[in-house]
Amino acid sequence: MTVQEDARSRSATRGDGPPERESHARGWRGLGWGFLVKLLLMALVNAIGLSVILGAVRSESWFILGAAIVLLVATDVIYFTKRALPLKYMAPGLIFLLVFQIFSLVYTGYVAFTNYGSGHSGSQAQAVQAALIQAEQRVPDSPSYPLSVVSRGDELGFAIADSDGDVRVGTELEPLSVQPDAEVGGAGAPTEVPGWTVIPRAEVLTDTELQQRVTALRVPVSDDPEEGSIRTRDGTSGAVYLSSLDWDPDTETLTETATGKVYSASDRGSFVAEDGSSLPAGWSVPVGFENFVRAFTDTNYAAPLLQVTVWTFAFAILTTLSSFGLGLLLAIIYNDSRVRGRKLIRTLFILPYAFPVFMSALLWRGMLNPEFGIVNDLLFFGADLNWFQDPTLARFAVLWVNLWLSFPYWFLVCTGALQALPADTLEAAEIDGAGRFRRFRSIMLPLLLVSTAPLAIASFAFSFNNFTLIYLLTGGGPNFAGSTSQLGATDLLINAVYQISGVSGGSSDYGLASALSIIIFIVIGAISAVAFRQTRKLEEMQ
Amino acid sequence: MRKHLGLGALAVTSAMLLVGCSSGGGGGTSAPEASEGGGTGGSGAEIVVWTDAEREQAIADAAVAFEEETGATVTLVAKNFEDLRNDFLAQVPTGEGPDITVGAHDWLGALVTAGVVNTVDLGEKAANFEQVAIDAMTYEGQLYALPYSLEAMALIQNTALVGEEAPATWDEMIQKGLAAGTERPVVLNTGSEVGDAYTMYGLQTSFGAPVFVQDESGSYTSELGMGGPEGEAFAQWLHGNGTAGTGYIPTTVNYDINIELFTSGQTPYTIQGPWAINAFADAGVDVAVNPIPSAGGETAAPFVGVQGFYLSSQSENALLATDFLVNYLATEDAQRALYEADPRIPAYSTLAEEVAEDPIIAGFLASAQNGVPMPSIPEMGSVWEFWNSAQSQILNGADPVSTWNKMVTDVEAEVGA
Repeated sequence: MTVQEDARSRSATRGDGPPERESHARGWRGLGWGFLVKLLLMALVNAIGLSVILGAVRSESWFILGAAIVLLVATDVIYFTKRALPLKYMAPGLIFLLVFQIFSLVYTGYVAFTNYGSGHSGSQAQAVQAALIQAEQRVPDSPSYPLSVVSRGDELGFAIADSDGDVRVGTELEPLSVQPDAEVGGAGAPTEVPGWTVIPRAEVLTDTELQQRVTALRVPVSDDPEEGSIRTRDGTSGAVYLSSLDWDPDTETLTETATGKVYSASDRGSFVAEDGSSLPAGWSVPVGFENFVRAFTDTNYAAPLLQVTVWTFAFAILTTLSSFGLGLLLAIIYNDSRVRGRKLIRTLFILPYAFPVFMSALLWRGMLNPEFGIVNDLLFFGADLNWFQDPTLARFAVLWVNLWLSFPYWFLVCTGALQALPADTLEAAEIDGAGRFRRFRSIMLPLLLVSTAPLAIASFAFSFNNFTLIYLLTGGGPNFAGSTSQLGATDLLINAVYQISGVSGGSSDYGLASALSIIIFIVIGAISAVAFRQTRKLEEMQ
Repeated sequence: MRKHLGLGALAVTSAMLLVGCSSGGGGGTSAPEASEGGGTGGSGAEIVVWTDAEREQAIADAAVAFEEETGATVTLVAKNFEDLRNDFLAQVPTGEGPDITVGAHDWLGALVTAGVVNTVDLGEKAANFEQVAIDAMTYEGQLYALPYSLEAMALIQNTALVGEEAPATWDEMIQKGLAAGTERPVVLNTGSEVGDAYTMYGLQTSFGAPVFVQDESGSYTSELGMGGPEGEAFAQWLHGNGTAGTGYIPTTVNYDINIELFTSGQTPYTIQGPWAINAFADAGVDVAVNPIPSAGGETAAPFVGVQGFYLSSQSENALLATDFLVNYLATEDAQRALYEADPRIPAYSTLAEEVAEDPIIAGFLASAQNGVPMPSIPEMGSVWEFWNSAQSQILNGADPVSTWNKMVTDVEAEVGA
């Protein structure tokens, strides 16, 4: 609101002065290029918007449809009216914020309240379909019969040639019966059946709608349902199949035909029998706060998660401090004009920062190999230090490698900040008789921190979630001795999420993973907010 | 509900990113078309097949005859093999998935649990394939894919150092290895400290301790088979070959170090998969491939990995897709084309015998025939971390029996949960 008022008042004041110049985008003076360019760009935007809307309609994504329409109308209103001038600058940024940030946040939040994951991935209808597919089996001794799809009016049926050379015809409601006057073609399948039209194979295979009816068609072998029914998988041959499950849509239950065992739809998104057994495929349902509660109460994870949290904080703090310290030290040394070849040396220092972390982490993993690695051989006189089996050594290795990876960043930042320090202040301190250390502590460091503290907070937040380094260097290991979890001594919280939620292994639980990442987000957000508030004090000191 | 959200997100983002080249697909339906043969007549039904780049041409070749005979169109979409599993799991429920995808058999449990695969009925044709391949693609008594290739680890030996003759037992191999006078008698992958239960599995099964128990139909149950005296015997054997014993199996070796030690002649024996053969050939080392020797008395049964074609449960053209799988891809010609496009051991028996004239392939085939399919049940995902870690700890000198038994109870708790 205030922005708009602001704009209006500004245009009002401008009205008093020289006549307001019309925007290029509206003007028709000259050739009117400005307007034409705008029209072209907006036509493009509208074309994209419309294609999204059409796509949303086709895939029945109503949420997206609504969002796309609102966004498109809003964009057109913003750019084709005079009123919303500031929005013309802000709209693209806002839309990207909505689509890429807010949406993914809201979506993660939504998933955190469901049990989306292995075994709960589709809709209930798909779970039923999967259960029926998995339950329907070919009768073991049933041969394959050459088969033709036949029709009588709207009714579809199968005609098969059995092993005696007889042709049998049936429909969903009429069991198979022998048709004496039918003819069989070269491939063995019936080609003429009196009273029925034989549908050619090409037509069956290329008509998608017909195909779906044929796929769903089951022709009972006899009046006894226990004997199974003919089904075709490819449209040219049939075999006897028997399903061990029956679906009742009214009660939402699946019944085992042989035992009468009833699986009913539970509110957990599975088909569960009374004895507790369940069918493999389920569907995803909202589960409320359960994922959050599990994150805190699951006894398997409570103790190791505490250790992991402590280590995560230790890692993030230590790695930020150590790389900041080393970077600053080197920056001060190589900022001295007496050092020769400063430019070359500075360039060399940047190198570790320029390597991709994927490469350096794997490289260090190789160098730290106790038997073949260079570190033990050269630095520790061939001692048998097992860097990845001992928790303390592994943690030290992680800190060391990350120091190597990130000190160049701080070297770079501090060099820049040092060069921007006011020379007169430092000189004044020197004249006042302040010693080297005093000057550093009271003048340089506080001034440096004003510009670098926010970066340190960002670096802390990044280290807190430095999944890649841990994943590539130690894989989180060595595992905690005496614990029943798969977590290890160097696992950060984010790596723990990856492990616990099973996203790494065969069975995944995206709901739990989302809940845990939201918790981590809140923790980091809170710490960063507090820390940024603190750095404001530094600025006030100036 | 979520399906709509996910799909819509895809639509919005892809439209945003593909400014100017959007053809109004929205939701990623417009896939690159690699093959569009001449369909004769028909209303142009289409099946979409996901494949990796190696197999693309071979499938396209098989599709030509199919397109001519049925008038349908086969559209191939090439993807990274590693992406196929998760993409298939995510996209089939939204209706955007393919009709057929190439895949590995150990995805099966996850695919069945997610309800995204249909059964495949090969009928009498099943007998044309290696039994272990059919078993691998079978889940709870139902066949879910058309297999086409298999792979298993085998014992690889440097013929210049120890000749071509296969050692029957671990001890015999160690003796020969020591007699060869190299630095190490054998080198095994241990994933440098992480542990590598996959490589060790042949040796573990020779003690009679399978990871999961198989029922009579060959399907794996979720009952763990690693506990008991057999598993403990294997653990003790590991301990005896680790740092606390002979030291023949250090935990420091990973794949690259293994290749390096073997090709530089520092060891005459290693256990590797067919994927490593090129590295040996490039280094000019003459190798012989044999089944893995037994360490515990029983036959060493390594994990067999099988690759094949899965059918989507949401396919709108199920008949057509099945017809393509069963009547066009399950033929010797198509299987031969697949073999020539990417030489792996064929799952098609007569073809396997044919290519087994190459002694290296024959060696891997013999090893695979001893093998068991890697379990495809979802529980398998919970095993690796504990299993690898326990082996690594035992090799590093931890108490074998208690470490092993703790691993077994941990896995049982995880699997039961």
